[in-house]
Amino acid sequence: MASCRSLGGEIGAPAPHVLAVDDSSVDRAVISGILRSSQFRVTAVDSGKRALELLGSEPNVSMIITDYWMPEMTGYELLKKVKESSSLKEIPVVIMSSENVPTRINMCLEEGAEDFLLKPVQPSDVSRLCSRVLR
Amino acid sequence: MKKSLFDQGYLDEQFCQVEDLQDEASPNFVEEVVTLFFKDSGRLMSNIEQALEKYPRDFNRWDAYMQQLKGSCCSIGASRMKNECMSFRDSCGQGNVEGCMRSFQKVKREHAVLRQKLESYFQLLRQAGPAGAATRPIM
Repeated sequence: MASCRSLGGEIGAPAPHVLAVDDSSVDRAVISGILRSSQFRVTAVDSGKRALELLGSEPNVSMIITDYWMPEMTGYELLKKVKESSSLKEIPVVIMSSENVPTRINMCLEEGAEDFLLKPVQPSDVSRLCSRVLR
Repeated sequence: MKKSLFDQGYLDEQFCQVEDLQDEASPNFVEEVVTLFFKDSGRLMSNIEQALEKYPRDFNRWDAYMQQLKGSCCSIGASRMKNECMSFRDSCGQGNVEGCMRSFQKVKREHAVLRQKLESYFQLLRQAGPAGAATRPIM
């Protein structure tokens, strides 16, 4: 599988750090597996709330990839909070969903999401993100 | 044995995608994900069973729970179980209580069968050792 590490620039540069957010333990495991196989460093959390807690303490997150439907805080709500934050708004956010709902997709893209992926996410989706999002 | 799981429709290509993520750094990845699936799906099915009893005709609630279960099925390639989840959701959309009940029984059956088959599959893999590591079936 194509490695995203080379997009980090310098040889020996640390792998980009991706924060994966999904309330499903199965989906967290799968997306983490895909990201790790693409040479990302991955932290996976189960809620938007935990994602924001981590973002507050971890300065070097290169990308957030989040499920749309989560209890308490949806991926869209997380996206909005990230884009409203002066310290976080430059972090690319990618939304995942098992449902292909055009209005939902447009809403997320208009709010600043970099991409909207349909589940199950494939390694080729992540490779595409590498080249486009992590420039 | 793996070929028969695909031929009989229990698993689809997504299972192969999960297998492809297994490597030396994660040598038990597939079994770990499958274990998570059965833990998660057991919980979700219990939620659905309770909701069917406690919230009569609450099709939105029933559908929301089943959507989660269907999502998990899709993630590991549990094809037959996924199809029964979709039948349940169709019945929710039609407001068909009997249909929901029938479909849910089928979901439970497929879940039990899949668990048994995958347990056997992983047991065979363990017995075969590294030389018998999973390979893509001839499709």
